[in-house]
Amino acid sequence: MGHADHAHIGQRVLRAEDERLLKGEGRYVADFEPAGTLHAAFVRSPYAHALIKRIDASAALAMPGVKAVIDAAQMAGYLDNLRMPLGWPSKDLPPDITPYVLTPSEVCFVGEPIVMVLGDSRYIAEDGAAAVEVDYEPLPVVADACAAVLPSAPKVRLEVPGNVLKEFSVGHGDCEAVLRDAPHVFREKFVQHRGGAHPMEGRGLLAHYEPQHATLMLWASTQMPHELQFTVAKALGLQDSMVRVTAPDVGGGFGAKFVIYPEEIAVAAAAYHCRQPVKWVEDRMEHFLAAIQERDQFWEVEIACAADGKVLGIRGSMLHDQGAYTPQGINCAYNAATAVTGPYSVPAFQLDVKVVQTNKPYVIPVRGAGYPQGTFVMERLLDRAARELGIDRALIRERNLVRKEQMPYTKPLKARSGRHLVLDSGDYLGAQQAVLQAVDYSGFRQRQQAALAQGRYIGLGFAHGVKGTGRGPFESGSVRVSANGRITVATGAMAMGQGLNTAMAQIAAQALAVPVQDVHVISGDTAHISMGIGGFASRQTVTAGSSVHLAALEVAAKIRRAGAHMLQVPESELQLAGGAVVLTADPSRRVNYADIARILRGIPGYDLPPGVGAGLEAVVHWEPTDMAYVHGFHACEVEVDPVTGGVTLLRYVAMHDSGTLINPMICEGQVHGGIVHGIGNALFEYMRYDEQAQPQSVTLADYLMTTATEVPRLEVMFTQSPAPSNPLGVKGIGEAGTIPVTSAIASAIDDALSDFKVRVTQIPVDPVWLAGQVADAERQALGQANT
Amino acid sequence: MTKLDAASRHDLTLHVNGRPQAVSVEPRTTLADCLRQELGLTGTHLGCEHGVCGACTVLVDGVAARSCLMLAAQAQRHQIETVESLAEGGQLNDLQQAFRELHGLQCGFCTPGILMTLTELLKYSPEGSEQEVRVALSGHICRCTGYENIVKAALATLAQRGASHGPR
Repeated sequence: MGHADHAHIGQRVLRAEDERLLKGEGRYVADFEPAGTLHAAFVRSPYAHALIKRIDASAALAMPGVKAVIDAAQMAGYLDNLRMPLGWPSKDLPPDITPYVLTPSEVCFVGEPIVMVLGDSRYIAEDGAAAVEVDYEPLPVVADACAAVLPSAPKVRLEVPGNVLKEFSVGHGDCEAVLRDAPHVFREKFVQHRGGAHPMEGRGLLAHYEPQHATLMLWASTQMPHELQFTVAKALGLQDSMVRVTAPDVGGGFGAKFVIYPEEIAVAAAAYHCRQPVKWVEDRMEHFLAAIQERDQFWEVEIACAADGKVLGIRGSMLHDQGAYTPQGINCAYNAATAVTGPYSVPAFQLDVKVVQTNKPYVIPVRGAGYPQGTFVMERLLDRAARELGIDRALIRERNLVRKEQMPYTKPLKARSGRHLVLDSGDYLGAQQAVLQAVDYSGFRQRQQAALAQGRYIGLGFAHGVKGTGRGPFESGSVRVSANGRITVATGAMAMGQGLNTAMAQIAAQALAVPVQDVHVISGDTAHISMGIGGFASRQTVTAGSSVHLAALEVAAKIRRAGAHMLQVPESELQLAGGAVVLTADPSRRVNYADIARILRGIPGYDLPPGVGAGLEAVVHWEPTDMAYVHGFHACEVEVDPVTGGVTLLRYVAMHDSGTLINPMICEGQVHGGIVHGIGNALFEYMRYDEQAQPQSVTLADYLMTTATEVPRLEVMFTQSPAPSNPLGVKGIGEAGTIPVTSAIASAIDDALSDFKVRVTQIPVDPVWLAGQVADAERQALGQANT
Repeated sequence: MTKLDAASRHDLTLHVNGRPQAVSVEPRTTLADCLRQELGLTGTHLGCEHGVCGACTVLVDGVAARSCLMLAAQAQRHQIETVESLAEGGQLNDLQQAFRELHGLQCGFCTPGILMTLTELLKYSPEGSEQEVRVALSGHICRCTGYENIVKAALATLAQRGASHGPR
């Protein structure tokens, strides 16, 4: 170790994944098709709320190629419970809140699966699904989360006592007194929408029972292979070892695959029951209808400030639209609430949250997981206060940021685990200053005036964002040296496009002083490692990375012990280099890893080297104690057309601190993607429902995702403040880029339209709304001029 | 007029990646499904089946087309090229290599379609500007990369080919 040629961590190592993917040799779930595969299609509710009165499958069953039509009653016979288990069991939530595998009697959102049809092809299965007749009795619909809490509101499900799923408060300090006595208080209402996750590969599962191993094989596009294994095993009454989940190439997750879905249980149950492969690959419309979304939050908040802009307190309420069911928990709402004060020191904070049910698909976090919304509230309030108090937007942030010298900074807020939130490391102000210098903030007013003289409205906006990453309780990492001397790493972490396998290979290669190419990484296969949590919450490099690092160090220690015995020298005289343990004083005396691995596999009749143990391998389940907080500061320049409300991004600069970077190339890519996801949330992505909760945007032509023409060059810089809480000093990266984007763009739009006193309070920014704000301001100005 | 139904089959000869291929498909079988299921060319991906996301893009007589919006039967007598045709002798071509070196892909699902559109661009607009590259890419959705490194890889390939062909 220590040799430059072994320093893999921090290098821009090209990704091991790419060559196959570029040749079209990637293998996603849809690409697997064992002989005899039956294809599943689902009959889905066309109503947002209705009773199922009758199901007639006779016409479908008569169609050639339709092999089975399975309704809730039949499905119930295959399962321990027709209702999905609550993903993360919690005593804080009421009972009976999860969706059904197939809904027996009452449908509660458009797209809810009722019947599964199995056919010889997807074409035939869809024909069959279209031929299943279902009679419904429509029920009153709860389409609007704000109306859902009114006493007159109909019930979202007949079984619920009320539409409010859960109320909770977070906060600290005496907000009441602070707000009463503060010299300045400003109130705002914010409406924040985030659409769906929309990985380019949708959900999908292929299930196949292999009788010779008594194993149900699942090829799954999932973020949580072990959770899927455990959930399917329990539902079918099997032990875990009889279900094997293999995630092949996964075409993105972004939250869409961060839950176990009814369709997955249905497909697994059908394959197990029919003893025939069953495959379901959702189409995009199904993703719009029935995959998770993040959707709507309605905030009413007030900020109390001193005249110098020092924040004294923030108080408010938030209403979170959870949808019809709660398959996993309410962490999206909780994250948003606890994320508000972010990188700032706020003496008093009080937020009252209502999680409300509506007749819409259920909410699970999308990339960012509530943090962008909490951040938006804080950054918008600071902009508002700055404007009202006549303080520069950069200065008001400077006056409230937690400083480098205050780190680690314990916030008086608690995570769901009960632990305090601790900002562990970083230089937030330094990042702000660096980025504002890069965008020539001090010269911007002049440029803005010059543009205005040409009739162009340009604006500069910026925002901070922090997020706790590396969520526990653990992730698994195993490191094994094969008898050919090469290294195999297995982890319960899940690769879905990030380059996880390359990063894990770099970590193992560094500890074992081998080329990165000598490390083979297996992720997402429950047969290779018995436990795992999976890919979400920007957690994997922190948790799996630490486990792989520590496991590799254990293997390295074993190599030294075995080498010392075989060379008959003290361990202290040995070093690892070039795939061998080498006598430092005489490099000709060496033992290859391959030889040690072969000996530690055991030779019948001969003893193992003493004190080493069998097998050149180690498994570690590293448990984080504290979250590693990532920070980003973003600045962007926009041009707004005040007539059309069109917003054009002219420049985008970001500085991120994700601690030690394992692979800066991959990290840049993660931030690029995160930023553009945020641009979509700021300007384009809107999952529209009508007043009957009928989805109105069910193609990518209606639901707009950001394309290359809307994105300027993305300028991304890094600082590296190592996280103190893990052995590599790493922090998460996957969601980091998304957190500050909506805030920065809103701030830039405000700035561009400051002549009109426009304030962006809702996202995505609808151009018609924006143009309307400008027109209103002009009318008012005209009215004042005329009086 | 003959009534088409799902049970009837069309026997077609498609010209895919320079080779004639006999297939028997339903009248309604899309070109994408035919390529994937009948010919095993699973490099062409389906992201939306509405003709919007661009993942299924192939070249039809050298022109980028959505294989999810085209019937297999319509592809008869046309030359179809898919992502599997790009690597030369098993080696990544210059565009693919640029994607690899500049990190122009993450999950890889949208990548084949994007490579086909850029293959068309490289052929017909060898001096394409960044704006032309972005306009060509605007028919594709990528959730992972933010397009930044895709644009860089396309521009690098354009520049490299321009340099190797000498001044025009």
